[in-house]
Amino acid sequence: MARPTEVEPGEQKAPVIQPGHTFASITEKIGAIVLKRPIMGGWVFGMFICFLILQWFLFAVCWLFYKGVGVWGVNIPVGWGFAIVNFVWWIGIGHAGTLISAILLLLRQSWRNSINRFAEAMTLFAVACAGMFPIFHLLVWDVFAVTTYLTISLVFWFVGLIPDLASLRDQTSNKALKFIFGSLAMGWRNSVRHWNRYETAYLLLGGLATPLVLSVHTVVSFDFSVGIVPGWHTTIFPPYFVAGAIYSGFAMVLVLAIPIRKFYGITDFITMRHLENSAMVMLATGWIVCYGYAFEAFMNWYGGDPYESFLRWNRLHGPYAWSYFLLLFSNLVVPQILWFKKIRTNPVWLFFISLDVLVGMWLERFVIVVVSLTRDFLNSSFGQYYPTQFDWAIFIGTLGFFAACMFLFMRVLPAVSISELKVLLPQAEVKVEHHEAEVHQ
Amino acid sequence: MNNDPQNGQPKREEVCPGKKDKVDLASATAEIQKKNGPEFWRSLEELASSSEFKEMMHREFPKGASEWLDAVSRRGFLKLMGSSMALAGMTACTRQPLEPIVPYVRQPEGLVPGRPMFYATAFTLGGYATPLLVTSREFRPIKIEGNDRHPASQGGTDVFAQASLLDMYDPDRSQNVIYMGDISTWSTMVGALQGPLSAQKTLQGAGIRVLSRNFSSPTLADQMQRFQKAFPSAKWHFWEPVNRDNVYEGARMAFGQPVETTYDLSKADVIVSLDADFLSAGFPSTTRYARDFAARRDPDSEKMARLYVIESTPSATGAKADHRLGVTATEAGDLARTLQNMMSSPPGSAVPANSLYTLVTTNDQARLLSFLNALADDLKRSRGASVVIPGDHQPPVVHSLAHAMNAALGNIGKTVFYSDPVLANTANSNDSLKELVADMRAGKVDLLVILGGNPVYDAPADFGFADALKNTNIPVRVHLGLHQDETAELCHWHVNEAHYLEAWGDTKAYDGSVCIVQPLIAPLYNGKSALEVTAFLAGQSQANGYEVVQNYWKTKQSGADFDMWWRKSVEQGWIDGTTAQPKQVSAKSGNSAATSSSAPANGEIEINFRRDPSIYDGQFANNGWLQELPKPMTKMTWDNPLLMSPKMAEQVKVQSKDMVKVDLNGKSLDLPVWIQAGHPENSVTVFLGYGRRRAGRVGTEAGFDVYPLRYSATPWIASGKVTKTSGTYILASTQGYQTMDVGDDHRPIVKTENLEEYKKEADFEGEKPQDNETLYNETYHQAIAQKEAYAWGMTIDLNKCVGCNNCIIACQAENNIPVVGKDQVNRGRHMHWLRVDAYFQGDRDNPKAHFQPVPCMQCEDAPCELVCPVGATTHSTEGLNDMIYNRCVGTRYCSNNCPYKVRRFNFYLFQDWDTSQFKMMRNPDVTVRSRGVMEKCTYCVQRITHKRIDSERENRLIADGELQTACQQSCPANAIVFGNISDPKTEVSKFKAKARNYGLLDDLNTRPRTTYLAEIRNPNPELEKGSS
Repeated sequence: MARPTEVEPGEQKAPVIQPGHTFASITEKIGAIVLKRPIMGGWVFGMFICFLILQWFLFAVCWLFYKGVGVWGVNIPVGWGFAIVNFVWWIGIGHAGTLISAILLLLRQSWRNSINRFAEAMTLFAVACAGMFPIFHLLVWDVFAVTTYLTISLVFWFVGLIPDLASLRDQTSNKALKFIFGSLAMGWRNSVRHWNRYETAYLLLGGLATPLVLSVHTVVSFDFSVGIVPGWHTTIFPPYFVAGAIYSGFAMVLVLAIPIRKFYGITDFITMRHLENSAMVMLATGWIVCYGYAFEAFMNWYGGDPYESFLRWNRLHGPYAWSYFLLLFSNLVVPQILWFKKIRTNPVWLFFISLDVLVGMWLERFVIVVVSLTRDFLNSSFGQYYPTQFDWAIFIGTLGFFAACMFLFMRVLPAVSISELKVLLPQAEVKVEHHEAEVHQ
Repeated sequence: MNNDPQNGQPKREEVCPGKKDKVDLASATAEIQKKNGPEFWRSLEELASSSEFKEMMHREFPKGASEWLDAVSRRGFLKLMGSSMALAGMTACTRQPLEPIVPYVRQPEGLVPGRPMFYATAFTLGGYATPLLVTSREFRPIKIEGNDRHPASQGGTDVFAQASLLDMYDPDRSQNVIYMGDISTWSTMVGALQGPLSAQKTLQGAGIRVLSRNFSSPTLADQMQRFQKAFPSAKWHFWEPVNRDNVYEGARMAFGQPVETTYDLSKADVIVSLDADFLSAGFPSTTRYARDFAARRDPDSEKMARLYVIESTPSATGAKADHRLGVTATEAGDLARTLQNMMSSPPGSAVPANSLYTLVTTNDQARLLSFLNALADDLKRSRGASVVIPGDHQPPVVHSLAHAMNAALGNIGKTVFYSDPVLANTANSNDSLKELVADMRAGKVDLLVILGGNPVYDAPADFGFADALKNTNIPVRVHLGLHQDETAELCHWHVNEAHYLEAWGDTKAYDGSVCIVQPLIAPLYNGKSALEVTAFLAGQSQANGYEVVQNYWKTKQSGADFDMWWRKSVEQGWIDGTTAQPKQVSAKSGNSAATSSSAPANGEIEINFRRDPSIYDGQFANNGWLQELPKPMTKMTWDNPLLMSPKMAEQVKVQSKDMVKVDLNGKSLDLPVWIQAGHPENSVTVFLGYGRRRAGRVGTEAGFDVYPLRYSATPWIASGKVTKTSGTYILASTQGYQTMDVGDDHRPIVKTENLEEYKKEADFEGEKPQDNETLYNETYHQAIAQKEAYAWGMTIDLNKCVGCNNCIIACQAENNIPVVGKDQVNRGRHMHWLRVDAYFQGDRDNPKAHFQPVPCMQCEDAPCELVCPVGATTHSTEGLNDMIYNRCVGTRYCSNNCPYKVRRFNFYLFQDWDTSQFKMMRNPDVTVRSRGVMEKCTYCVQRITHKRIDSERENRLIADGELQTACQQSCPANAIVFGNISDPKTEVSKFKAKARNYGLLDDLNTRPRTTYLAEIRNPNPELEKGSS
């Protein structure tokens, strides 16, 4: 387990966890969300909306299977439309969760401990959303890439949950819940041997998941760069896609974290420190993405290929120029205000900037997938793409599916990792120093 | 017919007084009537499955059975039973004949199951025949090709002939004799007409009128004479909406008699078209003209022909011109006059400006004059080897001017030939119909027989034919037609016509040669041909088409060897020795050619009515192949927008797809606009044939009916006003961009050069890496190509291609390509494996146009193959880029990655898997694709396989020329050459070795097997100097 090393002596940064908490208060506070907190009107309302969207989604999917992909706006020349755009977007969002849980784990960034659980859940749900598209659409490589990713993410998430499930089992007085949590906890007894194996397994899984952060989106980007379509056929894609994925992923983490910490009163655990760190990751990856834009445009010119230079012209002057300019505005211009600490530490600003980045990254995928296809080599085959209501239904439907999953997750599982949070407490620190052993409770 | 009078349809009582139906079927009929006309047959089928009908069938006796005892309604009951049985028959897919039938244990002589058989027959349009060779599979005609032995075809066809196959299998075809909306039978009708006919006998037939389309059939002409012998006072009228009145009137003006004018373009060095679109389907003998023209467009030949086109509507012919002048149709006539004036002066002498007729002075006079001077000089330099072709829609005077010019140039007997008219009728069909309507209104008509045609829809608006038919008291009206169309609706009797592929007949090609029309299949719905109906009228009630035709020819070919002679004629498809002999004609004195034509009144512009390039006059409106066929210049499908020039659109302040109001003769019509580069100013063009009310499920309500604006005095060239109105309209064009300039870049998609430059230096290949610069060099590729006995390749000569679209329909028929409908075309999902791109370059008002047919390139390094995750598209050893439908999971990546975008995807289940007629029509050698599958051109792999089997059995290789793809076979211009490129001696290899050869987008290193021969224009150097 990542050690809360040197809690930055004398630092001015916001703490990772608000002072005053004990092991018991953490278990109590987080466990209560699942076990004691009554179901509130807000939750019911939100869940109901998501459920409606989900029904709409199911209808659209059934209709799609019944009638064929003709219900979408795809055509010749634009063989890929919203489905692929959404797929790439969702899978990108998933990346932040894996990055937080695996890479930050290995890098011993202890602040991750309070956001990793729901970030992982986010990954899981986002990948589930993404995974639906290859099924609708039938792309085999992606199925392999996505299922691998899904499996690893699920196992990783579940292993991390085991101690918390055991805590819930011990806390609840409800027989049924005790049985369910008990079964899921798989006999966790909090023994040192358990912890030993758990830590090893967790680290191993982190090691396994780490390459996936890079590989999944690299494979996805290969989907495009293997083609000869101008706008797809470029070597910059793998790093550019991965950076974009993390960019949008952190935006989604913030979009989820900000309301969750507010409504469930866990600002103690998800502190300004988390928000600010995420904002800084966004700023950094945002610049990597913008470097990608710049070099794409540069290579279009420098390469001297007429089709590539037309691509640049078309992005700036073609019928979809609005999407390119909006993309630049959303991904390049707006996030620059994150340079200001005041903005970085203001949840409201962060929330809207994150939404903007999500929109921008969606547009980026739209520009790459759709706009490139509308006009490629032969003028006679230039076309346009008009999404149909089914395109929108399935896109918005996956958003509904995602939100519904998050709503449920918040209610049935600890949204913040109890066991890992405890490590962050000064009490845990003391113990580690005294015993130099891996005992945490 | 219990029609709502508000719909303008006659009430049953109106049409047949005293007929009151009491039977229960009336409610069923009413049910049908509630639906609108075009759904008529569908409704019957739907009705057949409705619960009421089932119940009616289920009851042992229909509800009306109790009426059995009622003497008055017994007839009603019998009729009900009859219709019940007829309706019941409709639920079955195939009908078993009543007679005992025996399956063949020994196959019929000549039939090898799985092998095609070919029968000669002929398709007739406007009276002119296209000789055909129809492929039959197990006695079902599945593909129409030109009769390669007949001079009018030489293997080529036109789109109408090709697509007429679909007409025969059209499920909306009329399937029964109909009396007042109820199903009846031929014999009932024969019985019912006996009375009126014998009554007329005493009157010498004074009350009988027959209205037919133009025809050239000698047998039908003979039957017509027999009919008139039987009824001397009866009158036979003709109406053809796209008629040749002006042609014959022009000949009368010039020679005092109607003659047929034919041209030999193979001998013409200079061709001048005066608004004649002679390279597009619908012009008589376009197939032969296209072939001769294309043959003379070889830049490597000694003398390449030069084409000047003066035209009022951008056409495929104009696109092929070396010099094209877009002027209004009236101006074209005036230019013809000026040109004729110039003929008399010696070459090189400039004609003064004042010899131009006044009208054209409003245009850029200097430009026109220099154009005409250069043109006149060129003509005069090519005496005896030039030709002036006037357009059918130009007024008679222009035709007579053309005759005069051809005579002055010494072309008669060399490139221009006169002969007796091909059509049986040379009288003015406008006058003919006018007379008929007058008689109808005067109450002189007791029995009107309409033999084919749809005059209610297409008669001139001022005649009020529909009104006359509906509101005058003609006791018996009979209509013969393939569909229950607008005219059938207003007639008492409707006889379902036999399609020409189902009936015997004869017809004449443009050269006068008589082609025998032999049926390929027994009439699907027991239809009758016009011949049989005429024979009945003439007194033979049990006439059989075969006997009628044979008996007629027995009178012409006497002798014991008739059977042999007949057999030979039928087998080869035409009758030897019937080709019209050249006729000596002398110019009439007092030629009144000098009168100037009238310009449109102030503030008005010229409105041109033209036959539609895809659906002609409307008779092909229900043909999905033709409806979805992109028109040569606009690439428009399913609609007939009004064409106007870019400048004019600026004046009217409209853009493509905006609606405008056309005011003409006090009537107005709202039409969508399509801006057409090269369209002359002060003029718009509208196309006939759309907006059918009762065409069938395909054609009904597609486009706009412009016939209500078409008056008998101005059938082709009228003048009126065009103003902007509100609203837009969706138009489905299949081509994204019609220019080769994109952004700040020009893409050399169609490579073109002038003849002079080409002769100096020809380089179209572009820069290629040296052999030692790349691993994938020529040597490597040649080694691959020559490893196998066959390496298939294709060349398309852009110089020859006339943009006629024939290849598209041929491909569609051969490869079972579905029709997807306007909405899907608009979404970019049309399925044509082969498309013909049209590009415009240069000045928007007078651009150069280019055609480029694009099938699959069968790339050696195919981008599509690389990206298929399931190996559904792979490379064959012979270089074909094969599709394996069963493997395809529909990722569509291959299409995304195809730089030529020739792949087509079944976004829905586009194929009609249910209609039994279509099942019969399909090529059994080609898979019928399902939903979610990618498809594309296969180089007609089924044809390759057939020939391979043949050749392997004979232990030899497939010979060059033995194998033709469908597109290549149909091409009237011989622009497509296909063959084995591993053998350097084949024609295709020779073409590929030409300097003009280039690969489309070959800088992508796809190494396309389909390559193009660059387009070489042959402009007049004098005019080139002037323009540059």
